[in-house]
Amino acid sequence: MRTIFKTSYHQDIARTKDWRERIWYILLAALLLVLPLFLGTFWVGEIAYVFILCIISIGLMLLTGFTGQVSIGHGAFVGIGAYTEAILLTLGVPFGVSIIGATLLAAVIGILLGYPALRLSGLYLAIATLSFSFIVEHVFIHWESATGGYNGMMVPEGSAFGYTLTFGTPFYFLCLLGATAALLIAQNIMRSPTGRAFVSIRDSETAAQSMGVNLAAKKTLAFSISAGFAGFGGALLAHRISYLAPDAFGVLISIQFLLMIVVGGLGSFHGAIFLGVLPQAIAILRDELPPQLGQQPGLEPALFGLIIVLVVLFEPTGMAGRWEKMKVYCSQFPTYRKATFRTQKTYTKSERFR
Amino acid sequence: MVGLDNLIQIIISGLGVGCIYALVALGFTLIYKATEVVNFAQGELLMLGAFVAYTFIGLWGWQYWAGLIASMVVVAFLGFTIDAVILRRVLGQPQFAIVMLTIGLGFIFRAVATMIWGANSLVLPTPFFGQSLTLSGVSIPANTLAMVVGAVLLCVLLSLFFSATRIGIAMQAAAQNQLAAYYMGIRVKVLFSVIWAISGATAALAGVLVAPATLIDTNLGFIGLKAFAAAILGGFGSVGGALIGGLVIGLLEQLASWYVPDIKDITAYIVLLAVLLVRPQGLLGAVLRKKV
Repeated sequence: MRTIFKTSYHQDIARTKDWRERIWYILLAALLLVLPLFLGTFWVGEIAYVFILCIISIGLMLLTGFTGQVSIGHGAFVGIGAYTEAILLTLGVPFGVSIIGATLLAAVIGILLGYPALRLSGLYLAIATLSFSFIVEHVFIHWESATGGYNGMMVPEGSAFGYTLTFGTPFYFLCLLGATAALLIAQNIMRSPTGRAFVSIRDSETAAQSMGVNLAAKKTLAFSISAGFAGFGGALLAHRISYLAPDAFGVLISIQFLLMIVVGGLGSFHGAIFLGVLPQAIAILRDELPPQLGQQPGLEPALFGLIIVLVVLFEPTGMAGRWEKMKVYCSQFPTYRKATFRTQKTYTKSERFR
Repeated sequence: MVGLDNLIQIIISGLGVGCIYALVALGFTLIYKATEVVNFAQGELLMLGAFVAYTFIGLWGWQYWAGLIASMVVVAFLGFTIDAVILRRVLGQPQFAIVMLTIGLGFIFRAVATMIWGANSLVLPTPFFGQSLTLSGVSIPANTLAMVVGAVLLCVLLSLFFSATRIGIAMQAAAQNQLAAYYMGIRVKVLFSVIWAISGATAALAGVLVAPATLIDTNLGFIGLKAFAAAILGGFGSVGGALIGGLVIGLLEQLASWYVPDIKDITAYIVLLAVLLVRPQGLLGAVLRKKV
């Protein structure tokens, strides 16, 4: 068993716990940098997609995992980002500016939706974001002059300095850069007073308020940051799928993101990133199944649903929690006691009085 | 401009649809009032009710009424099982976990329904197909009449059940204070499952009543989401509010389909957001503040 001896307060908010962790991260970074050399176009594209999903789920993790505000409408923000990117590029806006524009627009709309969210807690927010996502989908379908309606819309290629950045290996590095930046920003937010205010809101609104946290401002902030991440991810996603159809940004994709963070483990960035692989893995696995089973309509949503149900029932802390347990088990090997992580008996806590 | 006759027709069909929303919203409210769980799969229960009724009536040739009651029983049993097997285990976990759980269940139900009954729309044969009642020049389709009568009847029955039977009063007690009810010897867990069963039966009834008007397919589940708007408009957790909210949403939706057809499908959601913005506690909801 290994104990970290803390000699300074800065160690509490350091990004990594000790030098071992640092080495692992450096190795991971090196691996990701050289990976495209060894993989074919298909896998490079798939991994770039995983990075995009990571960006979005990190944003959602900030909102749901750390601030405790549920959003079942994050697909709408992704859609807003994707469509803004495509429309801006079509209008001839340079590539980088278009991505920034998509991010900002999503963040601003996040503030607008976050405003009613100030007064809502848990459940109502979930329902409000759900209906928001229906309204946005409706707009995508019916605003034909801008979005092409059901016919969909081509996403122009993005290029800077004469290079096409939205395909193959350059796109891989673009997404890698985006995901790394997103992770660092999110991590830094969580190390700052703002981040701690987020966590306090999640744990007890009353306590947070009495400690001087401005609930309304912080919740709106969390909402807009999260929406901005989703918009950024959406802008990259637009290039990945290269053809936008309104039904791609419905409830299913929102649930998919929620699935990622729930299964990954709420309140852990590791979880959010780890589970970026899952939806893609399900899709690829499905193609491998025999056609009678693999082509069943509704198989994918059913699997999503089943995974959510099983995880909530049997491992509420998600993969991140399971990983912690395994680490503790290994470090204490012969003396590990089963009761270490036994869940306490829980009772219904009323959320009516908020 | 829409004439007066048309307007009356719109209002009548709005009331019919509104009754369906009210029934589903009632299902939400019952479960929420008692267990503080919001069942995001309520719409899917409605859908399953319609599919099961189709199996009994359309495929096996049962009587309409027998099929209706059998379908209510089946979905009620399903509701009971959901609570007894799954939801009882997650009591005390954060609301979020339960929301995710019911959403997951909804997805599973929808997929299972697609696998069993296929993705095509089905037609439920009813005894009152094409009939209508004419009252001083205004014709009321029998379908709409059935929706209204069914909803009113169920509400009366339920209110009698809650106020006059022993088990109903026990449910009220459990909804007010679980722990106190438990101390008084009320079997709270079983009661909660029974409430889920009642809510399932309500959903099935709504499904069978709405089936002739919409056709049966997996999209029926979306009625559940519109009924959210109804439940919130009425103030979540208020039974009377759910009914009024359902009627208002139904009316507004039908009116919108005449005056601004573009937004017909999202009227309910716009109303919902507006209500949350202006009066989050709903029409009849009470504002409760946490005591520290």
